[in-house]
Amino acid sequence: MAVPILKQGPFLIASIQAALTDTDVLQLRDDVMSQVTRHRSRGIIVDVTALDVMDSFVSRSLRGIAMMTRLRGAQTVIVGIQPEVAFAMVRLGMNFEDVQTALDLEEGLALLQTQEGPADGGS
Amino acid sequence: MAEPADPAAGSRGSNGRSETSADLLKELVAHLSANRTNLRQEWARRIGEARLLTALTPEEIFNEATSVYDNYVEVLETGSVEALQDYARNLSERIIPRGVETDEVLGIVLLLRDVLARSLFQKYQTDFDYLNQVLDAYEPAANRIANTVAINFVQERERVIRQQQEAIRELSTPVLQVRERLLILPIIGVLDGQRARQLTEQLLRGIRTNRAKVVVIDITGVPTIDSTVANHLVQTVDASRLMGASVIITGLSPEIAQTLVTLGVELGKVNAVGDLQGGIEEAERLLGYTVSLGSDGAEDSQSR
Amino acid sequence: MAPDTEERIAIESDNDVVTARQRARELAARLELTSTDQTLLATAISEVARNITTYATRGEVVLSIVRDNGGREGIRVVARDSGPGIADVDLAMQDGYTSGGGLGLGLPGARRLVDEFDIETAPSQGTTVTLVKWSRAR
Repeated sequence: MAVPILKQGPFLIASIQAALTDTDVLQLRDDVMSQVTRHRSRGIIVDVTALDVMDSFVSRSLRGIAMMTRLRGAQTVIVGIQPEVAFAMVRLGMNFEDVQTALDLEEGLALLQTQEGPADGGS
Repeated sequence: MAEPADPAAGSRGSNGRSETSADLLKELVAHLSANRTNLRQEWARRIGEARLLTALTPEEIFNEATSVYDNYVEVLETGSVEALQDYARNLSERIIPRGVETDEVLGIVLLLRDVLARSLFQKYQTDFDYLNQVLDAYEPAANRIANTVAINFVQERERVIRQQQEAIRELSTPVLQVRERLLILPIIGVLDGQRARQLTEQLLRGIRTNRAKVVVIDITGVPTIDSTVANHLVQTVDASRLMGASVIITGLSPEIAQTLVTLGVELGKVNAVGDLQGGIEEAERLLGYTVSLGSDGAEDSQSR
Repeated sequence: MAPDTEERIAIESDNDVVTARQRARELAARLELTSTDQTLLATAISEVARNITTYATRGEVVLSIVRDNGGREGIRVVARDSGPGIADVDLAMQDGYTSGGGLGLGLPGARRLVDEFDIETAPSQGTTVTLVKWSRAR
């Protein structure tokens, strides 16, 4: 089941609806990369609110997506990790130290927007 | 004494009656059914006399007595305790909130056993051998019944106690929202693994409910922690971060700090501030800081 | 499910892994495992069953209810396959072991999520991983 990816201004939003098979995850990675390229997006939100389990494969894959999008100049923010899932991930050793996370879609967009930054001469 | 276990085994009374265990039970059931009214009344009367089930009204006692009696007879008749188990569980759920204690429940079941046994004595008093046979058939079934009722009651009580303990634990460590997006978790007392786990669950859910961006965990009131709890603390910090919240730990005593260092906990990951007040100030700074770095000066910290 | 019955889920594709997780979660809910514990169990199953689909092509997950001497109830998960097996189990149980790509956090990670963990494996003899998660509600 493909994950729908929507465009919201300079950003993309990928909302995962249900449990992901490994094939779905790989498909997501390809879709994200092609959309980021096509729209020259500055950021992408991956919403995992609907996931009741995030195992090491899914976590690693999302991390991989974040790294790849960064190569294309886009920041990835993972949002919607549920309390029990966060706990399980940490016990599993998946800390997502180098991946940005936010509570939900609203927070994720806010984070991306502050990273866009007001004009201060920087990138 | 004769072994009642084998239903095919026969026995011969002084009158020359020879019956299997199954037949004896049938006779027993017939006797109990025929004397249902007066035996129930006798039992209810003795319950009152023994001052058991004082939390219930006499009508309630008689109604329950009727149900137990009928279930009792059904067990003797069918050999299956399933219906009795269901009833016992149901009864326990109803009477435990009324304050009925375990010894009362055990007491009434043993009383019924006594009432029935005496009625058997009376019926078969002219034939002691036969009486013995009937009692041999009755005994294991009666034991099973007493066991079933008592165990179900105790299990239900234990379940209720656990629930109450859980509720007390939750009440004793509230997660407080003091400002928008800021949660404070003051921990008081000695932490064990279970309590630590519960706190983590409460905190993470609190982050979701209150949409917290900063959490201040104050451990001023915690005298010592062991490695399990220390690891838990670090896991809580990491899990909170996954939910988009940063954690400040305050009230870290020198003793606990030393413990953490000895245990090899990565204190560098932990944002520790001296006391709760300092922690809240730091939290507000973090919250204000994330709003805007715009050059138009200070902005209202509530804007995001 | 009565104490001695068990539920077998054939694992041949990713979807089966999801099914196994959900069935385990349902069973755990019936035993009053907390929502957190249910998630830990489901995650552990995902870790372990993934090894089946990745390395062994097919296998099965067997779920059952277990009881200890104190009357405590728990869920036992047995994930078995007749795949290539693991040559060096000790290495596989060390954090950071890699086998065929990725960081290989599967087994040590899964062990951290459950109360009891056992693995039987040998080259060409398949692998059987047994997990137990006890209910905290005694």
